[in-house]
Amino acid sequence: MSTRTRPRAHPDDGSTTYREALREALREALTSDDRVFLMGEDVGRYGGCFGVSLGLLEEFGPERIRDTPLSESAFVGAGIGAALAGLRPVVEIMTVNFSLLALDQILNNAATLRHMSGGQLGVPLVIRMTTGAGRQLAAQHSHSLEGWYAHIPGLRVLAPATIDDARHVLSAALVDPDPVLLFEHGSLYNAAGILDPSVRSVDLDRAAVRREGTDVTVVAYGGCVSKALEAAEELAGEGISAEVVDLRTLRPLDDATFVGSVRRTHRAVVVDEGWRSGSLSAEIESRICEQAFFELDAPVERVCSAEVPIPYARRLEEAALPQPAGIVAAARRVVS
Amino acid sequence: MATAHGGTSAGTPKTKHPRRAHGSAAPSRTPAAAHDLDLLRRMLLIRRFEERCVELYSAAAIRGFVHLYIGEEAVAVGVHQALDERDAVVSTYREHGHALARGIPPGAVMAEMYGKTTGCSHGRGGSMHLFDADRRFYGGNAIVGGGLPLAAGLALADRLRGEPRVTCCFFGDGAFAEGEFHETANLAALWGLPVLFVCENNLYAMGTALAREHAQTDLAMRAASYGMAAWAVDGMDVHAVEKAARGAVESMRAGSGPHFLEMRTYRFRAHSMYDPDRYRPKDEVEEWKRHDPVTGLADGMRTAGLLDAATLEDLEHQVAEEIDDAVRAAEQAPEEPAEDLLLHVTGRHEEALA
Ligand SMILES: Cc1ncc(C[n+]2csc(CCOP(=O)(O)OP(=O)(O)O)c2C)c(N)n1
Repeated sequence: MSTRTRPRAHPDDGSTTYREALREALREALTSDDRVFLMGEDVGRYGGCFGVSLGLLEEFGPERIRDTPLSESAFVGAGIGAALAGLRPVVEIMTVNFSLLALDQILNNAATLRHMSGGQLGVPLVIRMTTGAGRQLAAQHSHSLEGWYAHIPGLRVLAPATIDDARHVLSAALVDPDPVLLFEHGSLYNAAGILDPSVRSVDLDRAAVRREGTDVTVVAYGGCVSKALEAAEELAGEGISAEVVDLRTLRPLDDATFVGSVRRTHRAVVVDEGWRSGSLSAEIESRICEQAFFELDAPVERVCSAEVPIPYARRLEEAALPQPAGIVAAARRVVS
Repeated sequence: MATAHGGTSAGTPKTKHPRRAHGSAAPSRTPAAAHDLDLLRRMLLIRRFEERCVELYSAAAIRGFVHLYIGEEAVAVGVHQALDERDAVVSTYREHGHALARGIPPGAVMAEMYGKTTGCSHGRGGSMHLFDADRRFYGGNAIVGGGLPLAAGLALADRLRGEPRVTCCFFGDGAFAEGEFHETANLAALWGLPVLFVCENNLYAMGTALAREHAQTDLAMRAASYGMAAWAVDGMDVHAVEKAARGAVESMRAGSGPHFLEMRTYRFRAHSMYDPDRYRPKDEVEEWKRHDPVTGLADGMRTAGLLDAATLEDLEHQVAEEIDDAVRAAEQAPEEPAEDLLLHVTGRHEEALA
């Protein structure tokens, strides 16, 4: 079993789960800035549908850990209004699928108000939501639509892939003067590890090189980073040295880091849990071609989700998603 | 008074109307009379401003979708009597009247329609997206119902800070059919937020008549089902609007939660400058024009001996001059340079440029 789904075997081994890291980040934000409050469906009494905000209601009370009705558009829009009025709301949407009910507010209001107002109004709002597949939840709970949001000017789109990022991404997001969307991959919540005490913050402008290598650059983000690392491990056994770049921020893209990496390795594989057609992977491949075409020793390969609504059956779901084996195969093709 | 004002045409600003000094035959100057005169001046400004927009649009000086408020002026002016500068206003794409009533200078509104740098949205918004952060005027929203949730959030922020402010949102009978209204009404009532819902029921959503968009056309009654105070008001009578708005706002400042006012009004013009207006019987429009809120107030004042011809003429001159100045300034204002295209997309970008 990969680290990304490893349950907490030993709760007392000093390790922290991705879920706990996010909760700790929320607690810190709520403690240090009284303009911050959390709202969303079931964030309070239930503790968050993925348990992220468990216990915060008791600590901070119902004004700041605010349960909302099932009204995605209204409570996201209310978050925008509260941000306009100077508060720092953190809005939780259960999953990216449901965010589509608030898409109008996110795109037509949060992302555009600054521009339409000629720079007078900013929307310092953080919207958190779950994304991705891997838990047999079928098509309406499993899609990866963060690439759609990454299309929209005016938004910052983040996909924390590690527990250190999960722990520190929120404070960085909260100082951004613009709306920030935070995509938490559902299969990461139970991932555990020891927080690195030397990591104090997340640089939202920079992608992270999670593993250095010389033969091929594997670009991934969110839930696919651990799969890319797994693939790199296997490739290492075959004598192929893969560099793994974690995008971390999907908008704006840090071209410098991944293009710079490709300039060194001359080969690239892009991993994206979104569908291939019109995906973020297409954008990344395009930027590599625009900026480093003559450095490439092979066409860029992409590993994406199959072009199908994510199915329920485990075997089918696994087949639909990018898997380490597929990444390994793509890397072999580009280095051969 | 309901006929189009024969003012200046685009590009050819005429000399200023002489400001007349008069006072001898001035009618009674009681506070009530002064108040009525002020209401009339505010409504006239909106009326004449928009009539000028028609001319400017025909002359291609302003473009885009332009939605006129003519016929509905009593709503914006009456409601604003109850609001003060602490309060917030959320508006729609038919917002010239709301913006002017809020006190955004006509020059800044006009310059916005010209797409000039001095426009209240620096040329990024146009007629449908007027903003003024200092005056807490939060648009200018062209998605029907899209501004409503923002109003709940603005009000929530005030509530959390313990500020006795209210947020007023304007929207139409068409917007009442959107989920945005119902989600926001529920949220505002559930949390007891000081949101003043002002539904401008002008009987049409573009070309769709009220009865063809609502199974139950009594909107105030439906709003009341959310557990908030709700009334229907004669939206052609500025005094009735003011009274209802004052009552609602006073009660909201005392913490009574959201209120809903259904303003029964009518737009005399087509939905937008593009609309040939084929869906309304001509005699219906004519009938409503007999309830013109501007002439209605003026006539009432005259009958009560509060307005004479000279005063009205003076008022018209002042308003025309104000609009002339606005147009002239807008025409002379610089365009936003194309190099500034990418400004105002993200705050960080602006920080980096600063
Ligand atoms: C969500 C959405 N749907 C459709 C439209 C197109 N549209 C613009 S105005 C309008 C009618 C709205 O009517 P109403 O809310 O009654 O406001 P009024 O124009 O009468 O002031 C429509 C359908 C839109 N702008 N936004």
